[in-house]
Amino acid sequence: MSLTDKDKATVKAVWAKISKSADAIGADALSRMLVVYPQTKTYFSHWPDLGPNSASVKNHGKNVMGGIALAVSKIDDLTAGLLELSEQHAFQLRVDPANFKILSHCILVVIAGLFPKDFTPEAHVAVDKFFCGVSLALAERYR
Amino acid sequence: MVVWTDFERSTIQDIFSKMDYEVVGPAALTRCLIVYPWTQRYFGNFGNLYNAAAIMGNPMVAKHGTTILHGLDRGVKNMDDLKTTYAELSVLHSEKLHVDPDNFKLLSDCLTIVVAARFGEAFTAEVQAAFQKFLAVVVSSLGRQYH
Repeated sequence: MSLTDKDKATVKAVWAKISKSADAIGADALSRMLVVYPQTKTYFSHWPDLGPNSASVKNHGKNVMGGIALAVSKIDDLTAGLLELSEQHAFQLRVDPANFKILSHCILVVIAGLFPKDFTPEAHVAVDKFFCGVSLALAERYR
Repeated sequence: MVVWTDFERSTIQDIFSKMDYEVVGPAALTRCLIVYPWTQRYFGNFGNLYNAAAIMGNPMVAKHGTTILHGLDRGVKNMDDLKTTYAELSVLHSEKLHVDPDNFKLLSDCLTIVVAARFGEAFTAEVQAAFQKFLAVVVSSLGRQYH
């Protein structure tokens, strides 16, 4: 299910619309994930506060969206572009890759809520495919 | 036995009472057929599903989307016995329709996104958690009679 040229163009267009709100999207998606999928909290036992107003959550949401921004810029070769992040997730963070799907879903929910008119089914399929590609690239170095 | 908190119960009732089944149902099903095109395998007799525009304009898809939402409505009215409520539909989806139960999750995700788009800010993390919990139990009930 690789990205077609049309998918890439759609992803870039969506990103152009939403990137100004990237920090807010990241924070909301992450805090949503911690509430809707409580098992994900196991990765953040070192944070004092896991609530939506937590500085740790907001900061980390920003980091995640920074990674997405990087992925958009490397959309023609996600595996190569995200190699360093993959190594970080594989050897240090050791996040089970099943969670990439969970966070992707939460990001999609936030985008849909903030940009209901722009997040058409066509935009949705392109972004979903893109997140699948990003997740795959992030898992590249796991084993 | 699923335990529902008061918040979850009232949230589910609230969301569904504010939903126009004839809009949300078709929106969710068309989104599913577009975002996960392999789900089209179950709708061979629905006519033209060749592209997003065709799917979104297809009256059989729209009608079926509404039917699905009414099916969920039965669950909303019987939250304490979803297993029994969906036993017959589970048999139908397994024996007659031969639907891979993984598809129920795909449709649930699309429905969640459609609802998020409609409710905006009101679709908070807690509301989303309650909504997804309800859908997860429905999905589980629908898969129960498969063998």
